[in-house]
Amino acid sequence: MLGTDTIAPGFDIAKIREQFPVLSRTVKGRPLVYFDNAATSQKPAVVIDALMNYYRQYNANIHRGIHTLAEEATVAYEATRDAVQSFIQAGSREEIIFTRGTTESINLVAYTWGRQNIQAGDEIIISAMEHHSNIVPWQILCEEKKAVLKIIPISEEGELQLSAYYDMLNNRTKLVSIVQASNALGTINPVKEMISAAHAVGAVVLVDGAQSSVHLDINVVAMDCDFFAFSLHKLYGPTGVGILYGKKELLEAMPPFQGGGEMIKEVQWAKTTYAALPYKFEAGTPNIADVVAAKTALEFLKNTGPENAHAHEQELLAYATQELRAIKGVRLIGQARHKVSLVSFIIDNTHPQDLGILLDNAGIAVRTGHHCTQPLMHQLGIPGTVRASFALYNTKEEINVFITALQKAIKMLV
Amino acid sequence: MSAGKSIAEVEKEIIDEFSFFDSWDEKYEYIIELGKKLPPLDPAFRQDVYKVKGCQSTVWLGSKYKEGKVFFEADSDSVIVKGLISLLIRVLSTHSTEDIIAAPLDFIDRIGMSSHLAQTRANGLLAMVKQMKQDAMAYKLKFEMDTANSENPA
Repeated sequence: MLGTDTIAPGFDIAKIREQFPVLSRTVKGRPLVYFDNAATSQKPAVVIDALMNYYRQYNANIHRGIHTLAEEATVAYEATRDAVQSFIQAGSREEIIFTRGTTESINLVAYTWGRQNIQAGDEIIISAMEHHSNIVPWQILCEEKKAVLKIIPISEEGELQLSAYYDMLNNRTKLVSIVQASNALGTINPVKEMISAAHAVGAVVLVDGAQSSVHLDINVVAMDCDFFAFSLHKLYGPTGVGILYGKKELLEAMPPFQGGGEMIKEVQWAKTTYAALPYKFEAGTPNIADVVAAKTALEFLKNTGPENAHAHEQELLAYATQELRAIKGVRLIGQARHKVSLVSFIIDNTHPQDLGILLDNAGIAVRTGHHCTQPLMHQLGIPGTVRASFALYNTKEEINVFITALQKAIKMLV
Repeated sequence: MSAGKSIAEVEKEIIDEFSFFDSWDEKYEYIIELGKKLPPLDPAFRQDVYKVKGCQSTVWLGSKYKEGKVFFEADSDSVIVKGLISLLIRVLSTHSTEDIIAAPLDFIDRIGMSSHLAQTRANGLLAMVKQMKQDAMAYKLKFEMDTANSENPA
């Protein structure tokens, strides 16, 4: 099962796989092939150890404690903020807000910046390939404010129709909220040029980096996005840790999201003043343990060499695409020129769910269904797809196992 | 195939059939074969109101009532789901409303289906069972009301 496909010196796939305990288990009597990485990635032992070590050694509530444990926990928690700042190459640590996940990060912007800045008749632009988490918060906001939600259409190949986007931009456009890489199609969108076009009409841009952050080099300053949202659990880190990056001047002008402890400077009956960034947006006791362990995940990725990982993932994508194309009746959904390492497909006369059940029976974990992109599936006229998404620990041998199981499933079903 | 047999007898028959299979591959092959052979659905039932909620695939489930007995028919865009419905129909169809409502349907557990399917899919299966029992319940109530009305004409 272990790979022979070494991309670069130092990128030893066998050594990498050894670091992920779950990869050595079996499912339904077969070695696990985990191809559901776009939903969540598996965790290396160092991350699991960091999580346990926190609870074993220095569990304490952060920021206000006078004692040693509280100090150690605070230092570790804030060290993750620094690591995240460095990971997305943000200008300052105050611009990094911890949330529960990408969904909460987007909602934070909708409920604070959105309620403060969106008025009747204003326009918000999203795209036809957004995840529900980058659709519904804006629908709620638009309904409340009588604003207009506009949708950038996509081409047959699953790429954004940029000319339509440029036509949509005008002085009523207040926000563009766009996914950098589609979870259902894999498409990588040209966010940098889209952002500069939006800025030209004075609009603010949020980039949903849930899928892109693990597969691409992220530089929020070079990209010039105003907000960037992503989750650490897709980056080999624990669940329950999301990040909202925001430009400092925007975050400073925004009202708080939730009220409570941690986010205040002074509370009096007459008036409460709020804490400085980033704490203004972090009410209550945060998810300390998972945040602490998330730093280890970023270090793991850094030590592995993200550029090696990205190259390896692209090789897996090319190989899986080639092998799938060779199967009769396969229709690839999403054939953009630039894709992250996932393949979404349907097969003539079969239901994605049936393929998913039979692949699971062969120990292979894929995702089937609408991938929380119902409007997109509706537009494509399909009930859903089968999606295989690859991470740095996957191998060509695993793709071979997957293709063989898929061919067997098709034979049974058709 | 099930004519004249009680629900419990048909359940036992299915449990016995499945006990011959050595692997889940074989079980799935059998279920898929049943799915492919499921008689076509009366087009009158191919409407949204007959869709079973709670399934990842689309499932239509219709029923007819004749002389105290319920006859089920169904279709789905998933052939595995069709196979599973086919088993449910084989067990429940042609029985009285009372028997359908009371049926324990433990054959689903006994053939290993509930533990094998992922939770979301097992829920879909339960949703179908629930719909079949609800249909039987509705026929029973209607029959009782009709009987009461004919005994006590207004």
